Amino acid sequence: MKHLLSINDVSPAQIQEIFETAADMHDVQKREVKKLPALRGRTVINMFFEDSTRTRSSFEIAGKWLSADVINISAKGSSASKGESLRDTVLTVCAMGVDGLVIRHPASGAAQQVSEWVDAVVINAGDGMHEHPTQALLDAYTLQRRLGTLEGKHVAIIGDLTHSRVFRSNVLCLTKLGAHVTVVAPPTLMPSGIGPWSKEAGFATSYDIDDVLPDADAVMMLRVQKERMSGGYFPSAREYTVGYGLTRDRLRLLKPDAPICHPGPMNRGLEIAADAADAAQSAVLEQVSSGLAVRMAVLYHLLAGEES
Amino acid sequence: MVTHLPDPRIVLDPGDIARALTRIAHEILERNKGADDLVLLGLHTRGVPLAHRIADRIQSVEGAAVAVGELDVTMYRDDLRKQPTRRAHKTVLPAGGIDDKVVVLVDDVLFSGRTIRAALDALADLGRPSAVRLAVLVDRGHRELPIRADHVGKNLPSARSERVSVRLSESDELDEVTIS
Repeated sequence: MKHLLSINDVSPAQIQEIFETAADMHDVQKREVKKLPALRGRTVINMFFEDSTRTRSSFEIAGKWLSADVINISAKGSSASKGESLRDTVLTVCAMGVDGLVIRHPASGAAQQVSEWVDAVVINAGDGMHEHPTQALLDAYTLQRRLGTLEGKHVAIIGDLTHSRVFRSNVLCLTKLGAHVTVVAPPTLMPSGIGPWSKEAGFATSYDIDDVLPDADAVMMLRVQKERMSGGYFPSAREYTVGYGLTRDRLRLLKPDAPICHPGPMNRGLEIAADAADAAQSAVLEQVSSGLAVRMAVLYHLLAGEES
Repeated sequence: MVTHLPDPRIVLDPGDIARALTRIAHEILERNKGADDLVLLGLHTRGVPLAHRIADRIQSVEGAAVAVGELDVTMYRDDLRKQPTRRAHKTVLPAGGIDDKVVVLVDDVLFSGRTIRAALDALADLGRPSAVRLAVLVDRGHRELPIRADHVGKNLPSARSERVSVRLSESDELDEVTIS
């Protein structure tokens, strides 16, 4: 594996290897000196052409704790806002001798495209509505730590599936690790063509959240992505919450120890009620700290060893 | 054509290993004037069981438990970029930490000294021991750095091309040191 563009790039064994390294990295967060020299002298650029708080800061801290030099470039305030093409921006940056490129871009397939232009290791930090592999890895890592194993567990992914790269990466990752996945969305937010894909990938679909929740060993709520919605996908926010939100009443349907995940940022009161987000079984903040450990592990695996 | 390597020669049998570890335990106690403020840190992978064995011996002599931990130096190695990515292990420090303690690093074989160099760097990120010492089961020579062991189970003159293997019952079914 040279790049991490999609969950399809990693085998189940490689995923477990990343998780084992992540478990070691977790301990570094508790240390007084949060620094390992593994990536000394390596340069990683975070290129974010879309807004982000947690993913970008998570990658930045992960790189810094491994002693890499990390530089952030965002679309606002870079030459991209002057009309420079993605290819020119990327080639310019790589001409400076960069080893790793973490890229988030609103266009699906951007990371793949970039990986064909440059020699640097490319990590996809979210490309449009396609994939967000490190998010899926950290979600699976969080769930595996909570549940012991993902083998045979039932995970429900609920919400705005159409616009969700988190859902696409998660379905691939969770099924790879042996979990049963059911995805739930209103018909308007169910991606077109999901029927054949779900059959091929081996996951279930449903329109009925109340039917799925009682059987779930873990539930993953997705953000309603208003910024990607051009039309009316549901009549009102209230109606969405009634139909598909994890409300206080629905919380009772869940198994008491089933972890509740949300990739963030949360629309409290829309797809997830405060009672659910802050419940004892919520794994939301755990996801953030796991995210750092998993990203350290990914950077280590892709950048520390000899060039392949 | 298949080239046959010479059969491995046993240089330490289980009895030799047990006696060497007992002697090292006594040496550590003598040098430290007791077991106070002592922390044994085993280096992954085979240093870890050796550290536990030495700690057991110290406890049976002194009656007091000795703090034992595990140190992984993978991220501190100077040859990371020369090899495929290595799997890291856990670093586990005893509850009392290592600040102002006498840390004895325990490893199976001392060869180039590069692992110990990495371990010293790792220690610096974890705390400030009052002293650091080194105990090894086998010292096979060929140092590439100015590093020496304080406690040695056996000095084993070897050619650089020879292979010294340490097997321990915790991970390999039997206790044995061979050279081939």
